[in-house]
Amino acid sequence: MNSTRPSADAAAAPRPDHARAHAYWRANLRLVAVLLAIWFAVSFGAGILFVEPLNAFRLGGFPLGFWFGQQGAIFVFVILVFVYAAAMRHLDRRYGVDDTTGDR
Amino acid sequence: MDAQTLTYLFVAASFALYIGIAVWSRAGSTGDFYVAGGGVHPIANGMATAADWMSAASFISMAGIIAFMGYDGSVYLMGWTGGYVLLAMLLAPYLRKFGEFTVPDFIGTRYYSNTARVVAVVSLIVISFTYVAGQMRGVGIVFSHFLGVPIDWGVAIGMLVVFFYAVLGGMKGITYTQVAQYCVLIFAYLVPAVFISLLVTGHAVPQLGLGASVTDGSGLAVLEKLDRTLVDLGFAPYTSGTRASVDVFAITMALMLGTAGLPHVIVRFFTVPKVSDARRSAGWALLFIALLYTTAPAVGAFARLNFIDTVHDKPYAGVADWFRTWENVGLVGWRDKNGDGRIQYAPGAPFAGKPEFAGDARGVDGQRMLLNRSSDGANEVYLDRDIMVLANPEIARLPPWVIALVAAGSLAAALSTAAGLLLVISASVSHDLLKKTFARGLSDRQELLAARIAAASAIAVAGYLGVNPPGFVAEVVAFAFGLAAASLFPAILLGIFSLRMNREGAVTGMITGLAFTFGYIAWFKFYAPHLNGPEAWWFGISPEGIGALGALLNLTVALTVSRLTAPPPTGVVALVEDIRVPAGVSTPHMH
Repeated sequence: MNSTRPSADAAAAPRPDHARAHAYWRANLRLVAVLLAIWFAVSFGAGILFVEPLNAFRLGGFPLGFWFGQQGAIFVFVILVFVYAAAMRHLDRRYGVDDTTGDR
Repeated sequence: MDAQTLTYLFVAASFALYIGIAVWSRAGSTGDFYVAGGGVHPIANGMATAADWMSAASFISMAGIIAFMGYDGSVYLMGWTGGYVLLAMLLAPYLRKFGEFTVPDFIGTRYYSNTARVVAVVSLIVISFTYVAGQMRGVGIVFSHFLGVPIDWGVAIGMLVVFFYAVLGGMKGITYTQVAQYCVLIFAYLVPAVFISLLVTGHAVPQLGLGASVTDGSGLAVLEKLDRTLVDLGFAPYTSGTRASVDVFAITMALMLGTAGLPHVIVRFFTVPKVSDARRSAGWALLFIALLYTTAPAVGAFARLNFIDTVHDKPYAGVADWFRTWENVGLVGWRDKNGDGRIQYAPGAPFAGKPEFAGDARGVDGQRMLLNRSSDGANEVYLDRDIMVLANPEIARLPPWVIALVAAGSLAAALSTAAGLLLVISASVSHDLLKKTFARGLSDRQELLAARIAAASAIAVAGYLGVNPPGFVAEVVAFAFGLAAASLFPAILLGIFSLRMNREGAVTGMITGLAFTFGYIAWFKFYAPHLNGPEAWWFGISPEGIGALGALLNLTVALTVSRLTAPPPTGVVALVEDIRVPAGVSTPHMH
């Protein structure tokens, strides 16, 4: 799965070297920054700061801003956390810091 | 069978289930007692977290709060779910990798300081006791409403059940009882919600029903009808807010940061096997929570509409049965101010305070007579917000077993949260104060015994607070979230994301955040409550939202002080670099 890491070492779960850990951390921060920007936009943005202008639009029987405040933001939160878990798993594997090859 | 007998049956069966689970999963070591041996499946942990998190207030009161606040109620919906996004991405995976038992443990080790550890323990205990007192009271209230048992006896029964499974089973017992409690509470919440949604809109899914049209033939959407009805009666429209944006922003932020910093929630992520499990588990937890949190606003809106339709301008003599049932319990009250025999509903309180009835005396229409002094407004109805959930089965004319289910569900919600809180209190006393600070020589067996004694004592204190609730309990819920947001959340966040953060920065930051938030809330809630209003608030932020500012202050002070003092030792930097990568995680250290 990862060419930078010899498969023979997988069972021993070696400490990743410093540069790789550093690159992994930066990729992690970028991912979290993007996801938290969405988190902020749907709740504080659509649900609070821009709620009045958005209420001019309708989603079914909901004024749009009200919908974000009472339902929409929560749905997006759930999706964000699952996307985060999946994307991090991908990053873990790409940088060879996966926890599944360690213990158990 | 009548509702009372069924309720006894359901409650007894659910208690037997919880105790059975506790006996089956009792703790054998401190690892079992504190973090369930670190072997809980992520989905099971998600359910346990959801039950841990959703308290008596979420179950009984939230829909009612939203029903009366309308759009402004969004602060709770977004605040109490959005915190999980922060928890999942900023704290949980790293704390799991750290692999210790408690939140103060992380703070004490990361900041190589017993001062930091003790400050964290103090915050944790204040936060958790504030919260747990309300839960025990909730158990008592449910018993008295549904079973006619005196509140104090209800509290005592609740204490006994929690004692049994928390002291015996520790985290392991609590985890698996919480899984069962989640199933009970979510089923109990959804069944009446589905029926009331069918009744009002014809949709079986309440989340969709809230956006659908009402079935009365008017063709109006639920929210449109609610807006019009309320405006006709002189209320503000349901879908627009009355609070200032800046305050809504601050309250939502304080609740989010506070949720992410609540120790009894964080510690649940110490119980899964791996870092990747902690991330996934947070997703499941939020999904299970969202199921209730997206149902609540629908229940609130339907119940408010249904209430106005069935009660407003109707003669008392012909009013629905549930109105009289709950009048007997004291959650509803009516004074016929204009003497027309009809119930008028309008803005404002009908009279001063909660209803005080003149014994069993009845008025000309058969209503209970009230002693309270009348207010000036046209409103004649007193309505406790909890009625929106508690009376739902009767309003929707559901069979008695649904009422029994709601009783069992409210108890599950209160007990699961109480147990989770009591466990973090006992763990921070036995592990952080004794084992790591004042009695380092403890063996594992002695520490386990100390943890059990601490749990038992915490239950006794919680029970005492449940029986003799300090008058300010309702006033201090803001404390729990504000303090968690202003003290624990920033300290943990910086401990993971800043390699340069040191002991001096963290301790001064936490103390500044705590003192500021505590001072602000205490000033407006206790010292000068007459000033508690937007004119006197700083930046227009209410005491409920001040935790957001406290957190910002904590971050600023911590970052500044850490740059002016010595960097952390190399061992600590290595520890932080280690918790940033998932590989090499192990089960928690067995001391």
